Amino acid sequence: MTATQHQPDALNFECETGNYHTFCPISCVAWLYQKIEDSFFLVIGTKTCGYFLQNAMGVMIFAEPRYAMAELEEGDISAQLNDYEELKRLCLQIKRDRNPSVIVWIGTCTTEIIKMDLEGLAPKLEAEIGIPIVTARANGLDYAFTQGEDTVLAAMAHKCPKEAPKAEAEKEERNAISKLLNFGKKKEETNNEASEYKDHPPLVLFGSLPDPVVTNLTLELKKQGVKVSGWLPSKRYTELPVIEEGYYVAGVNPFLSRTATTLMRRRKTKLIGAPFPIGPDGTRAWIEKICSVFGIEPQGLEEREAKIWENLEDYIQLIRGKSVFFMGDNLLEVSLARFLIRCGMTCQEIGIPYMDKRYQKAELDLLEKTCKDMGVPVPTIVEKPDNYNQLQRIKEQKPDLVITGMAHANPLEARGINTKWSVEFTFAQIHGFTNARDILELATRPMRRNNNLKELGWEKLVKEEAKV
Amino acid sequence: MKLAYWMYAGPAHIGTLRIASSFKNVHAIMHAPLGDDYFNVMRSMLERERNFTPVTASVVDRKVLARGSQEKVVDNITRKDREERPDLIILTPTCTSSILQEDLNNFVSRAQMDAQGDVMLADVNHYRYNELQAGDRTLAQVVKFYLEKARKKGELPAGKTEKPSVNIIGISTLGFHNQHDCTELKRLMADLGIEVNLVIPDKASVHELKNLPRAWFNLVPYRELGMMAAEYLESEFEMPYVDITPMGVVETARCIRKIQEVINERGASANYEEYIENQTLHVSQAAWFSRSIDCQNLTGKKAVVFGDNTHAAAMTKILAREMGIKVVLAGTYCKYDADWFREQVSEYCDEILISEDNGEIGDAIARHEPSAIFGTQMERHVGKRLDIPCGVIAAPIHIQNFPIGYKPFVGYEGTNQIADLVYNSFTLGMEDHLLEIFGGHDTKEVITKGISADSDLNWNKEATVELNKVPGFVRGKVKRNTEKFARERGFSEITLEVMYAAKEAVGA
Repeated sequence: MTATQHQPDALNFECETGNYHTFCPISCVAWLYQKIEDSFFLVIGTKTCGYFLQNAMGVMIFAEPRYAMAELEEGDISAQLNDYEELKRLCLQIKRDRNPSVIVWIGTCTTEIIKMDLEGLAPKLEAEIGIPIVTARANGLDYAFTQGEDTVLAAMAHKCPKEAPKAEAEKEERNAISKLLNFGKKKEETNNEASEYKDHPPLVLFGSLPDPVVTNLTLELKKQGVKVSGWLPSKRYTELPVIEEGYYVAGVNPFLSRTATTLMRRRKTKLIGAPFPIGPDGTRAWIEKICSVFGIEPQGLEEREAKIWENLEDYIQLIRGKSVFFMGDNLLEVSLARFLIRCGMTCQEIGIPYMDKRYQKAELDLLEKTCKDMGVPVPTIVEKPDNYNQLQRIKEQKPDLVITGMAHANPLEARGINTKWSVEFTFAQIHGFTNARDILELATRPMRRNNNLKELGWEKLVKEEAKV
Repeated sequence: MKLAYWMYAGPAHIGTLRIASSFKNVHAIMHAPLGDDYFNVMRSMLERERNFTPVTASVVDRKVLARGSQEKVVDNITRKDREERPDLIILTPTCTSSILQEDLNNFVSRAQMDAQGDVMLADVNHYRYNELQAGDRTLAQVVKFYLEKARKKGELPAGKTEKPSVNIIGISTLGFHNQHDCTELKRLMADLGIEVNLVIPDKASVHELKNLPRAWFNLVPYRELGMMAAEYLESEFEMPYVDITPMGVVETARCIRKIQEVINERGASANYEEYIENQTLHVSQAAWFSRSIDCQNLTGKKAVVFGDNTHAAAMTKILAREMGIKVVLAGTYCKYDADWFREQVSEYCDEILISEDNGEIGDAIARHEPSAIFGTQMERHVGKRLDIPCGVIAAPIHIQNFPIGYKPFVGYEGTNQIADLVYNSFTLGMEDHLLEIFGGHDTKEVITKGISADSDLNWNKEATVELNKVPGFVRGKVKRNTEKFARERGFSEITLEVMYAAKEAVGA
């Protein structure tokens, strides 16, 4: 094959200026408050933060969200007001109006700069008002977009119970009579349940996913006899999973490296480093890796993956042989690129805000392997990209599809370049075998739009810019 | 600290960026952390802009926090100067840079030495001003900068244009229906025989600013943006300005009469009375509308108005004075300019509310139970919750408030648009009310589509729960496809596994 000659041996990593567009990490409150039903997110920041949430989250703001701004005023900045008293006043108001099971404080750039000691204030206030307070520093000085979730989950990992509550046993005691009545039936059921799972150490998964996806992935593992003991985060704060020393953990999203580190170092768990369950290839690799750690022989995965690919064929036809360019803003880029390359696309550049080569190792290996299998060049991974430079490269390379933020999408479309808005991948259901079609539904949408409009000759809708 | 869920006016830098990106070939560089450049998203989304928004960030990260920006800001300015050759780069402070207290002025003067274009620092304090005030200040700052520069170089054109002429000040990007208003104002000026000397900041080049003094007078259609620039031009160049918003039939006439007065003082001999009468009676339908029985039916109906100063004041006057509607409450979120608002509307409404707290406004609406609301997108949602129709008259706004079709709010065509907006809001409310009284639409609810509805298939508990999680509008389709799949394969019970298998097979 001639293509293989140009192929570098390993992935090529570059780092640019970091002048790129992405969402502020405080945006994580938008999906986390929906995920954790009994939570309240308080973003301690300025009008700038508030305006961002209000605009980026669109109509969600009107659904009585369980999040609010603690808007800092001049008196707070110049320390004329006492942080503790101010936060207490607001948190009591939240307790009165909403009575949440947890208040999550989101620290912002401003709290960083004025060095507001949120981590120090939280335990004191927690004791005083009787509601747990979790502190996450999801600020734009340090993090990009989805990494916000990472900081929140890392903080939550500290709050997971250390051992299984005894309450379970007590409850059983109390229900002794009913248990007696149902004796035969109950036993049968428990036996049944036990036999569905293989014997393996407890496994806790981390990463916030919509409930249907959680059910789906849990079921997928159940088919292999792997039991998911808990999920960080769970539907309610009061249901955070027990994490004991020696438990196994696995991530479902590529941007959760701090959470992974916290679970390993602080909670003494073992991390299963696997590719992420995005696309049928990723899902299969994810399950296989988990099974292999537990010494389980996976059943029927190969056929299952093949079946899924078969069902994707109509979509894949639209993108096979086409090229894709990731400008980079949500850290899902490597997994998505790997899946799209497996679908037959070529990829010139994977922009990504931050690359944790250790946490993403298995994913990077799979990317490399996928490129080799498909006989396409290995893409360059550009960390902290420079959007201006990227636009020049896009202009030269003319990719068939650019996955980018909304700031660039319309201007690129006007220049005849197909785009897909990257944020949609964060909010759509993209995990597991079942949702592979949804990823392609997004990725092929511009192609399908083009097929519908192709006779019109309206691709370029701006006058060529005169460059001096 | 203030507990806030929603804000009406954005932070200061948004105002500055709106001015910068309205001008042609002006670039703004924000001194801001990653993620603060969402202005680009707003502009690209809401205005459906074809070009890249000329705003970039000089990113403040952990390193900047530790050692200061040092060369970074200067480098970013000179780099942008090289790449895009803008006429002007405006360094824009944000809330973050306000507290860092770096000497941005120094960066600007250093960058100016290397840059071909001009460089300036937007003079806005983040904690004192909001979006609207900052926009007003920045526009005045840019105007002043270029007029002084021209004066120093002796490039100020002398004298006035031959015919009466006007500068229209305050049309900007992301402004509520600004593009349509601009077209309508130009049309109005053409009708009046007045040349449009310059429109700023919209699509103006900074090099043209030196020609501002050639106009006979300035027109400031919006209270929030352009007043400072107009006042500067008045004090420096003795240019009079007209600040009556031509919104509504009466106010449009008042604006035109004021223009007549201003240009006649300067030697013209205009008489617009005939024009006003003709437009009012025959071109605009609004005057006739208020006479028609449609509008008669609205007499004494209650309305609440809330928005920015310009639109809320104009709307209150239109409803009360031109349509006989009872405005029970008029309010503005422009707290900093509350006195003006009070003075404008006090005789046209029962109660005035000056507040930036959406909860307070929501409560007031609930208390008054008006038949219609005229407010921002926030009030529209309050209306939805309370089942009261709402016409959107002011920012904050959504993408649907950037219509492609021609929908000005000012001038005579504007009066037609407003009449439609008002009438549609009220009749919708009325229709709803009648439907309720008469027990809803006379149609049988469609329960089934196709054969699969009377199902012989059993959904087990988990699958039913899962099905109920599917959003309502596709649930029927998912159910049908799943059942079809199950029937084809001879499953008698639908479990979670069957559901997912069906999804994989048919993309249900």
